[in-house]
Amino acid sequence: MTDVFGVPLPALMGQLTLGLISGSFYAMLSLGLAVIFGLLNVVNFTHGAQFTLGAFGAWALLRYFGIPYWGSLVLAPLLVGLIGVVLEKTLLRRLYGMSDLYQLLLTFGMALVFEGLLAILFGSSGLPYDNPIPGGFNLGFMFLPYYRAWVVTFSIVMCTVTWFAIERTRLGAYLRAATEKPELVRAFGVNVPRMITITYGMGVALAALAGVLAAPMDQVKPSMGTGLIITVFAVVVIGGMGSLFGAILTGFGLGIIEALTKVYYPQGSSVAIFLIMTVVLLLKPSGLFGKTQ
Amino acid sequence: MNDANRFASPIPLAVRDLHGHYGQSHVLHGMSFEVRRGEVVTLLGRNGAGKTSTLRAIIGILGKRSGSVVFEGVETIAMTSDRIATIGLGYCPEERGIFSALTVQENLLLPPVLKPGGMTVDEIHVLFPPLKERAKSQGTKLSGGEQQMLAIARILRTGAKTLLLDEPTEGLAPIIVQHIGEIIHTLKQRGYTIVLVEQNLRFAMSVADRHYVVEHGHVVDEVSNEQLRVKPERLDKYLSV
Repeated sequence: MTDVFGVPLPALMGQLTLGLISGSFYAMLSLGLAVIFGLLNVVNFTHGAQFTLGAFGAWALLRYFGIPYWGSLVLAPLLVGLIGVVLEKTLLRRLYGMSDLYQLLLTFGMALVFEGLLAILFGSSGLPYDNPIPGGFNLGFMFLPYYRAWVVTFSIVMCTVTWFAIERTRLGAYLRAATEKPELVRAFGVNVPRMITITYGMGVALAALAGVLAAPMDQVKPSMGTGLIITVFAVVVIGGMGSLFGAILTGFGLGIIEALTKVYYPQGSSVAIFLIMTVVLLLKPSGLFGKTQ
Repeated sequence: MNDANRFASPIPLAVRDLHGHYGQSHVLHGMSFEVRRGEVVTLLGRNGAGKTSTLRAIIGILGKRSGSVVFEGVETIAMTSDRIATIGLGYCPEERGIFSALTVQENLLLPPVLKPGGMTVDEIHVLFPPLKERAKSQGTKLSGGEQQMLAIARILRTGAKTLLLDEPTEGLAPIIVQHIGEIIHTLKQRGYTIVLVEQNLRFAMSVADRHYVVEHGHVVDEVSNEQLRVKPERLDKYLSV
């Protein structure tokens, strides 16, 4: 059997696939965070909880309404996005122009509220969600489960679509312009506050979509977003807030680097990303793709 | 009042006892002036007199404002800027406000069309050829003069017939200033009403019908362009340093 630097090829490829999977989640979540931060100038600490809400949404839609995975993929992000819209219109909106600290307290507090509610309603032990596409490809050198292939492909498609919508369309031009000079865009007759609400809703929906994707991979439980989001914040710090493309690339790249660390130096795998974050902060504090202010 | 009556009014813009605050400081102290349809009117005055703040207050982006701004027959003092713009007001800010995240073409197409009667992109390209040649460049990669043209051009698409132009000649070479003067003449011929903030007196005299002199946040004098041509020293006491 072929070895790559002393590691059997199937094991290496298996880990790389897992790395791409993690990367998919890092990319989708950090993309949502970057879009929200760009326009609202708010670091959305509720993002992890909104990811979790997406997973629970899928679970509840199946359990109580018999809606299968493919339906939830559309419905759950829509519902969680709507919760985001309400949150922005009723609470977050009041904090614009105030110290970042208040926004941090609110969004972090909301995360605790959502997680607490989910624990009360569904317990904290974890609920199973069946894999909608069992089986896999036998590639000869490794076995690739269909669902993993689906997650990576779908995530790449969603990231590309989001990037394209913002960087290459008329509607995206409004978003980019409002990120740069919101006051002037409003003086041209655009309802910027409504745009902010919709953008927050979309960013949240993207987190929830990642949550639906995650549901069949592990157990659905209230804490599932918390662990992930800490890493995602590190990814965002490394990539920098300035560029959406940067957020996507950093997300996938770090997922792969993390996987390679698991293969070659397993003890270091849990700290690899944070180590990179430290180095990047020392050398380029605004992040790899960030713009210096 | 219905739309037809409203737009028949000979005074599209009337400002009465306008007060405004920028952060903690009180910058407008009872500005009052009016602009007749089809006129080019300037606000002249020293730096910090409140000219830019007046335009910002009219379009509704100055922090806090009170008094009265009647635009096309509508009292706008309690409106947000997006609603004021929608009535048909075009705003070209100080320092041009070109978006660096947008291409020249995207900058041009950004302000939404508010009402029929605006110029088409083709017409704009005829008036401002560089905007066609450099359509795909980043907005802020244009020269200062081209950026100024872009800043004016993009509000001509919207159908707004009253324009607020904040120092369109600032920092530009004489030849470009001359070109901008020609553009303002063209717009006047097409029936646009223009409020112009200027520091450049000669330029102001070359394009305007009337001038308001602003000091300490209110109007201290009003002079027609003919009067100013006959007796230019009339403004010396206001503008000399």
